[in-house]
Amino acid sequence: MSKLHISTTINGEPTEFLCEPNDTMLDVLRGPLGLTGSKEGCASGDCGACSITLDGRLVCSCLMLAAEAEGHRVQTIEGLSHGETLKPLQQKFLEHAALQCGICTPGMLVAANALLERNTNPSETEVRYWLAGNLCRCTGYDKIVRAVLDTAAEMREAAR
Amino acid sequence: MTGIQYLAARTLDEAVGALVTAGAAGRIMAGGTDLLVQMRSGAVRPGLIIDIKKIAEMTGVEETADGGFRIGAAASGAALAEHPRFGKVWPGVLEAVNLIGSTQVQGRASPGGNLCNGSPAGDSVPAMIAAGAVVTLQGPNGRRQLPVEKVPAGPGRTHLAPGEVLVSFTLPPRPQGSGDAYLRMIPRTEMDIAVVGCGVNLTLKDGVCTAARVGLGAAAPTVLLVEPAAKALIGSRLDAKALDAAAAACSAACRPIDDKRGTIAYRTKIAGVLLKRAAGIAATRAAEV
Repeated sequence: MSKLHISTTINGEPTEFLCEPNDTMLDVLRGPLGLTGSKEGCASGDCGACSITLDGRLVCSCLMLAAEAEGHRVQTIEGLSHGETLKPLQQKFLEHAALQCGICTPGMLVAANALLERNTNPSETEVRYWLAGNLCRCTGYDKIVRAVLDTAAEMREAAR
Repeated sequence: MTGIQYLAARTLDEAVGALVTAGAAGRIMAGGTDLLVQMRSGAVRPGLIIDIKKIAEMTGVEETADGGFRIGAAASGAALAEHPRFGKVWPGVLEAVNLIGSTQVQGRASPGGNLCNGSPAGDSVPAMIAAGAVVTLQGPNGRRQLPVEKVPAGPGRTHLAPGEVLVSFTLPPRPQGSGDAYLRMIPRTEMDIAVVGCGVNLTLKDGVCTAARVGLGAAAPTVLLVEPAAKALIGSRLDAKALDAAAAACSAACRPIDDKRGTIAYRTKIAGVLLKRAAGIAATRAAEV
């Protein structure tokens, strides 16, 4: 079986790769593309550790075939910061100690960033429901939710 | 893994043609949130995956000239939620669709896939049945329409003929004073599979229920249209007696399984409880429009 040749855009860069028809986007990100920030937790869409955006929409990269990326825009955790400069959301995660082991963190950041791009004034309930598909075994979630709410407050302040 | 092929069909004719050629080895992929999990677990081993999301007709959500809605089979829950009008007209259908999985899953999962997956616990299906939605199917012999309640055949099975593809849902225009609601019972608030789900759609005129439809999920091998429950509501003012009769009709329709999520006795009782609560929410919404 010959491999599929896929042309896509990843973190703003035109990217081409070869994949098997049943490779997931996560397989290709972590394998040939070397973008290992996205994690494989469950591989069944339950844990959110592999979260990316596809044309700006939050999805699990384990529930998407790599071939589906053809002609679309993919954003991963690697595209969040500008080089060594962290995004305010990432900085807030550090300040609030919103991570411990770190395996859920890339997915949490990608998911929370997708929320803040849509809504800079989410309620705590909205944050908790939005992040319900991102599992964390360390923090008990509270610090993550506080970091997201604090980032949102700062974004609103900056926009005034 | 070898032997699997992927096709991003550009037209419906191409998708149907490929499905006919592939026979039992072909699988249609909409959002893929069930299919990829089933492939991973080894439950299905398709020879050909036919992606239908590049077909414009499959992903659109549009209000029709008569005030109804047409939802492409692969339109995602997120796309439905973002539609400026859909959730205002069909809040019960939207809340049912949006209960499927996480934000990430909502970015991909579609009501079309939810229906074709054939789960008795699919959340969008009871609400679609209550709404009176009709699906358009296209197969090698052309198009046909089927009410949503006629699609499920059993757990994991549908009445789609070989080579048939689900194209879209059509929701009818709503009379003045209509409201719908969907409730599901789960032991927590998010990210779970329905123990029981109940969709109610009704129309009120001067406080009297003039039309009603009830869909019941996770209570039998297929999602059910419960006509006796609707009959008990129609003509009433949704008083306690009518609601009790409708709840009893829902419980009587149950043929559930006993499993870790709920016992037969529990599911049977809860079906009636959810009917009453969902009817109450639908009536409140009907009074608001």
